[in-house]
Amino acid sequence: MSILVDEDTRVLVQGITGGEGQFHTEQMIEYGTNVVAGTSPGKGGQTVHGVPVYDTVEEAVEAEDADASVVFVPPAFAADAVFEALDTDLDLVVAITEGVPTQDMAKVHKRLTEVDTRLQGPNCPGIITPGETKLGILPGNIFADGNVGLVSRSGTLTYQVVDSLTSRGIGQTTAIGIGGDPIIGTDFVDALERFEADEETEAVVMCGEIGGEDEEEAAAYIAEHMDTPVAGFIAGRTAPPGKRMGHAGAIVSGSGTGTAQSKIDALNDAGVPVGDTPAEVADNVEDLL
Amino acid sequence: MRLHEYQAKDVFADAGIPTPPSALATTADEVVARAAEIGYPVAVKAQVHVGGRGKAGGIELAEDEAEARAAAEAILGMDLKGYTVESVLVEGAVDFVNELYVGVTMDRGAGEPVAMVSTQGGVNIEEVAAEDPDAIAREHVDPAFGMHPYQSRKAVYDAGVSQSLARDVAGVLATLYEVWESTDASDAEINPLMVTGDGEVIAADAVLNVDDDALFRHPDLAELEEEAADDELEAKANEYGFDYVRLDGNVGIIGNGAGLVMTTLDLVDYYGGAPANFLDVGGGAKAERVTNALDMVFSDENVDAVVFNIFGGITRCDEVAQGINRALEGFDVIPKPVVVRLAGTNAAEGREILNDELVTVEETLEGAVQRAVEYAEEEA
Repeated sequence: MSILVDEDTRVLVQGITGGEGQFHTEQMIEYGTNVVAGTSPGKGGQTVHGVPVYDTVEEAVEAEDADASVVFVPPAFAADAVFEALDTDLDLVVAITEGVPTQDMAKVHKRLTEVDTRLQGPNCPGIITPGETKLGILPGNIFADGNVGLVSRSGTLTYQVVDSLTSRGIGQTTAIGIGGDPIIGTDFVDALERFEADEETEAVVMCGEIGGEDEEEAAAYIAEHMDTPVAGFIAGRTAPPGKRMGHAGAIVSGSGTGTAQSKIDALNDAGVPVGDTPAEVADNVEDLL
Repeated sequence: MRLHEYQAKDVFADAGIPTPPSALATTADEVVARAAEIGYPVAVKAQVHVGGRGKAGGIELAEDEAEARAAAEAILGMDLKGYTVESVLVEGAVDFVNELYVGVTMDRGAGEPVAMVSTQGGVNIEEVAAEDPDAIAREHVDPAFGMHPYQSRKAVYDAGVSQSLARDVAGVLATLYEVWESTDASDAEINPLMVTGDGEVIAADAVLNVDDDALFRHPDLAELEEEAADDELEAKANEYGFDYVRLDGNVGIIGNGAGLVMTTLDLVDYYGGAPANFLDVGGGAKAERVTNALDMVFSDENVDAVVFNIFGGITRCDEVAQGINRALEGFDVIPKPVVVRLAGTNAAEGREILNDELVTVEETLEGAVQRAVEYAEEEA
């Protein structure tokens, strides 16, 4: 079992002819992902690593019966690519692109309320169901099939935590990077809902960071609705207010909202142990299983 | 990117928002000359990116030349919460009877912009928001349509602005929203929006923070970035294209990915050290970026030891290791001890390549951070 994607997911790559698109298409195919189509305006008719390329998303979805897309389109055109994907009947759109203007994402966010398609990201590493499929840039070799779900706002931090889990023999059902931007599609609560409903997921790791109130909302959801135990990690304890820590979303406002402490307190109140180090997170997961 | 007050005022004034006459000055003589042109009384205001400038002594009123000179001498060169004041804005003082607040920001929770108005301007609006949230009228805006005219009126009436002023304040708010949208701002604020005895409204301060990710479509604003950078090292980071934040500690930190770099900072603190900086070299770190990153961290005189932490996904650890060797081989003496931890793609190859006469190699993140903290203590 897994959430959102599995070995049957038929994947479309938007921006497949660019450097990133080509490289990660190859990596995904190597991992076992069923990549059925790519798009790149003006490049229809070509192939990339054996995958047929179309000019428009609509054409690609219709011709190859795709379920999900992965967006590798540069930031200036990424919102447009997402709008194009949302106007088809894809189930899931995973936007990897980093640096999408926030006002573009506000318009996308509005559009999401009008369609059934789910967006993950932008500025995220993607999603992986180990041993079955990956959509995005996650390094497949550090993951292992198992019973722990993982949801995170950050890419390399996800790898760090997964590495601690896998090296102790703890595998994952699905790992999902929701992205480090202020406005994103799928959020913690959406992912936690899916993990709660997944019978095979026996524990969930949630890696948050400073900025916004998504972790606090997740804590409230965990307390109210979850039987599956959750272990937490929050990055950015030492971040000073008003300084953006890399991720556009990782900023503690001057009024003190979005601090690591407020998130740690909220999670602890919801019964979620929050590790001081990534290794301690893995210890906590071992205790919960 | 945060614009300075004088830069933001220029943008607001160009859009048609009333602002007081003002001019920038960098010496006491210039301050006196500009004040004479503008006419007394004037306000002399430090142009640095810190909140609460007034309380910290960064804003002085001057009734005459002697006071203007005294204010200039006191403020220019002063240290304001860690930033040296290089320039001041000389501005005609507004004879006000009332102070309002108007602002537009992105409500990230709601995923849409929100316009705000309050009759309790002039003081710290965040305190007002915390203590008396109802004192701020909020109007969420559909980003696809922009702010409808009725919404700017509604926000103004909801805030309790008097009818005689409502039309002008709504006009300022509507313009402010247009500026916010057209500049890809994250925040646009006027606090205070002063009301004069004659019932005129005038923007006595200006905040305009622009989304860094949207600067590519605002080359005019991007040009202001250099002027707006407060710190030499932060300016250098802009040049190299790094996400960099300078902090007060002595353990320099280089890593890939914002979340992991933040975690490395937190671990330095957890193991009893103090982080000197946040530096994210980003994905696919090639040799040149590695060299530049080390140059950045060694340029910070507070740094006593460096921890270099890479978890390779797209980034290949063997390439990073080659970059580290190349950067350090260029020194006769390594300026500060460097601890390296490589994990993920090609980590074993990377560790093999690293020259352990130049760096200390650690296998785990926790181990690397503890070692760097020890080195920093020894060097300090």
